[in-house]
Amino acid sequence: MNALDKSAAATAQVIAARPPASVGPVIEVENLTRRFKDFTAVDEVSFKVGRKEIFGFLGPNGAGKTTTISMLCTLLKPTSGRATLNGFDVASQQDAVRQSIGIVFQDPTLDDQLTAWENLQFHAMLYNVPASERLSRATRVLDMVGLVDRAGDRVETYSGGMKRRLEIARGLMHYPHVLFLDEPTLGLDPQTRSAIWEHVHELRAEYDITVFLTTHYMDEAENCDRIAIIDSGKIVALDTPGSLKHGVGGDIITLRSADAGATVAELKEKFNLDAAIQPAPADTSGPAGERIYLEVPSGRTLLPQILKSITTEILSVTVREPTLDDVFLSLTGKQIRDESVDKMDAMKTRVRRRRSQKGMGH
Amino acid sequence: MKRFRATYIIWLRDLKRHFRDRARIFGSLATPIIFIFILGQGLGSSISGGIPAAGGALDYKTFMFPGILGMTVLFAGVFSAVSIVWDREFGFLKEMLVAPVPSWSIALGKVISGATIASFQGCLMLILAPFAGVSLSPLMIAKLLPTLFLVSFSMTGMGVLVATRLKSMQGFQMIMNFIMMPMFFLSGAMFPLANAPAWMDILSKLDPLTYGVDALRSIMLTDVPSRYSFTTDIALITLISAVMLTVAISTFSRQS
Repeated sequence: MNALDKSAAATAQVIAARPPASVGPVIEVENLTRRFKDFTAVDEVSFKVGRKEIFGFLGPNGAGKTTTISMLCTLLKPTSGRATLNGFDVASQQDAVRQSIGIVFQDPTLDDQLTAWENLQFHAMLYNVPASERLSRATRVLDMVGLVDRAGDRVETYSGGMKRRLEIARGLMHYPHVLFLDEPTLGLDPQTRSAIWEHVHELRAEYDITVFLTTHYMDEAENCDRIAIIDSGKIVALDTPGSLKHGVGGDIITLRSADAGATVAELKEKFNLDAAIQPAPADTSGPAGERIYLEVPSGRTLLPQILKSITTEILSVTVREPTLDDVFLSLTGKQIRDESVDKMDAMKTRVRRRRSQKGMGH
Repeated sequence: MKRFRATYIIWLRDLKRHFRDRARIFGSLATPIIFIFILGQGLGSSISGGIPAAGGALDYKTFMFPGILGMTVLFAGVFSAVSIVWDREFGFLKEMLVAPVPSWSIALGKVISGATIASFQGCLMLILAPFAGVSLSPLMIAKLLPTLFLVSFSMTGMGVLVATRLKSMQGFQMIMNFIMMPMFFLSGAMFPLANAPAWMDILSKLDPLTYGVDALRSIMLTDVPSRYSFTTDIALITLISAVMLTVAISTFSRQS
């Protein structure tokens, strides 16, 4: 057999071993709502996810991403609305839903006193994987994430990236229909992050699986087939990354001027353009001062005219194509980064770094 | 049997962890050894006449041995149960809670694994019996093992119950000071309760460990008058275990 036939055979094996797929979209959500006392974390959200799709939930912390995942995973009961997963109702058919999904949480849920093997064996037992298949499945998932050589070592000796890879492997052990990844790359270094993404694309093909993930990294969301942008519990846009960016308009022009207010007024008066003023970035990487932000159909032709007719002193100019950051900004009027690193998040990242430093590199 | 899958997994996992940690197994014997051979020896030589018993006075060290056995089981059981809090904070429990298994089977697993570990630690203590002047016959050992397990079970059941109410590991110090220490000292582990003042007598009757220590002592030290009959002790411990287990499981299930 050549490599392609082999992987096709492997995929067929997954499909044969797991519960049959339902007809229609693998996830269907209708008016899903969750309230905590006075606070509405998820507000009448509706969407569908197709089979073998990589579907991203994008939004700042506190937008309702984890709450939505928790309801889809049956960890949290919806206040109202309905959701089905592989045809099973998340509120009334808990065990059937749980058997159909794999989950990787934000925080590691491995037992680090046990070896990778043992973690996988326990998982297989919990999910009714027949004893005769446990070893072959464990080898297969470990092979995919490149951990076969370290399988006999205790998890406490693993780096943060290795742990995350092991958790993804574990989530696949029972051949689920949907794999949930809650902030799969949070706290990992860029190299490990891109390795995780490679695995996600690989496993979709090999395990014939739908991947549902949340992230607040805009650049990573580009890896998804479709993205739902969520803000304050509501979905504000849902489309492919390309269409979302297209929706912003042609180009983004960012200006710094000696008097931001005067420049904005001039832009309105002379070009009928609605410019927005943004505060200086918090990370102090660029020069200080406010930025003037413009969405225009064609930046390259318009910019020379702008520079010619604006009388306030312009300090610097950039023109670029829109990113998902711009999409988020134009939809919600705020930057995702402003809120992304709150205190808790920063602390978690620090703890993770410290833990991964303790382990040996990957 | 399928419903008990998670119970078995928790049990197996906790035992694997326990037996892999040699330092913890032997380290947990340090406290009982210090109690018996330093406190027991020191205090024993200042009590003139020893502890009154049927065949004349009994060495204090010998008297306290069953009590220290009770203490070992109490500490080991509660420590093991409190790992629920740790697991909740550092994740593994979450992996169990999203699996297609009932949550009561998880709580049951925690109680059984803690009881197994605590009984094992108790059995390990029995090696020290000859040095404390306690001679054990095979019949005594045959009676001791199930009794140890039963006492361990009730203590772990209580531990799981407390752990489900505990938000973080910080609360553990409170449990140590306000539950475990008073339970240990009021149980009659360290001194006979025969001459205790009325208030202490009442508190000791409310202490589940009292009956455990009394049962263990009446097996090992036939000369010392026991407070209750062995049958009463066992009946009460069984009742306490059943109540603790039921409440612990229902609290745990309601939470998750």
